[in-house]
Amino acid sequence: MRVAGLQGRVLLEGQELVRDLDLELPLGWTCLLGPSGAGKSTLLRLLAGLPAGARLEGRRVAPARIGWLAQQDLLQDRLSLAANVQLAARLRGARPDPARAEAMLAAVGLAGRGRERPEVLSGGQRQRVALARVLFDAAPLVLLDEPFSALDPATRAGMQALAHARLQGRRVMMVTHDPAEALRLGDRVLLLKERALHDLPPLAPPHPRAPDDPELALCAARLLARLAEVA
Amino acid sequence: MSRLLPLLLPLLAWGAFSLSGLVPPYILPAPQDVAVTLVTEAGVLWPNLLVTLSETLAGLALGLVLGAAVAVAMTLSPRLGRLAGPGLVASQALPVFVLAPVLTLWMGYGPGPKVAMTVLLVFFPVASGLRDGLAATPPAVLDLARISGASPLRTLLWLRLPHALPHLGAALRIAVTYAPTGAVIGEWVGASQGLGYLMLMANARMKIDLMFAALVLIVAMTLVLNLGTDRLLRRVGM
Repeated sequence: MRVAGLQGRVLLEGQELVRDLDLELPLGWTCLLGPSGAGKSTLLRLLAGLPAGARLEGRRVAPARIGWLAQQDLLQDRLSLAANVQLAARLRGARPDPARAEAMLAAVGLAGRGRERPEVLSGGQRQRVALARVLFDAAPLVLLDEPFSALDPATRAGMQALAHARLQGRRVMMVTHDPAEALRLGDRVLLLKERALHDLPPLAPPHPRAPDDPELALCAARLLARLAEVA
Repeated sequence: MSRLLPLLLPLLAWGAFSLSGLVPPYILPAPQDVAVTLVTEAGVLWPNLLVTLSETLAGLALGLVLGAAVAVAMTLSPRLGRLAGPGLVASQALPVFVLAPVLTLWMGYGPGPKVAMTVLLVFFPVASGLRDGLAATPPAVLDLARISGASPLRTLLWLRLPHALPHLGAALRIAVTYAPTGAVIGEWVGASQGLGYLMLMANARMKIDLMFAALVLIVAMTLVLNLGTDRLLRRVGM
């Protein structure tokens, strides 16, 4: 493990939640699937260095700067969109850079709207601003905790493509419960079940696959059937 | 009109009651007599209103600053919070009015004890309200601070404080209601000016109209402070 990863085992109130953990994140997208309660989010939070309710017995390697995109967009209602985009960096102690904030908003399709407030935005637009916040901070590791699950299907497909395009060249790990999402985006697809991580065959590049890709649809359906057996 | 109803109804009841002749005017003067007194005795009433108002505002400002400072300090230093937190909660149960004679004994007959009384009444709701608000930031929002390695001070300024503003607003609305009471009680215990002093003085001299006029002014002052604060807080989204 050189840049980002977890080794060891995860304990939850003395019980083993994940054993024989040896996860190293390569460049590109790693998607983590698994039934509810398996500990997907716990793993992600441990990697992020956030309180997870569980204990890692082993080693964590992560860069100092980590991008975080959760299911909640975490936009602050009292701040303008431009200020929200800069929030993670400002919390770190960075100087304000309104021009760069506007550029990041433009990169997510919200050019010229930096002075508006989050309350005027739709759910999809809010998540775009949250993505711009991650982009502004330019972290080499980006962790996503079901970031698109609250969006309607069409918006979700658009956001997946946008996030994939904008997070090129970084290490990205996304927790999701949607097999189609994992296969569409993942250079690597992992399944957390029975307290262990299993590598699933990803779809061949290029990623992201088009939403109407027949291979994507077929493989996602097969994977869903397999997950249903597990559950 | 409907907004004035809560004010007009008691006024009408008061007028009807005094007209009925059930109580003599030296117990309950008619509202029109009190209104006349408000005009004829304006030269006495206004200077005393200004005294009480300035004591109230000074106490409000000082209590707000002290209460906010303590809440922020207890948030920035968890150890201080653990040490002083239970004391802060317990002190809310203290009937601070009983301290008024002590404050007058220590600080004399000037504005000091009145301001101090008001500060005591304002301090506790502001300190505990803001502290609760600062502690109520959603955990998911604090994740953002943790992952960004934010210092406690930056977390406070960017995340905790904005989320605590509605709590602070609620505390301020309560504080503004209490504040004039603090000043008036301070004046009752010992003063040479102010509406509280005027009430006692008028009562002793059987000037019941004047006592009620002072009372009306205290109520009006509290209402205006309340409405003004509410307007101001609404405007800034608290």
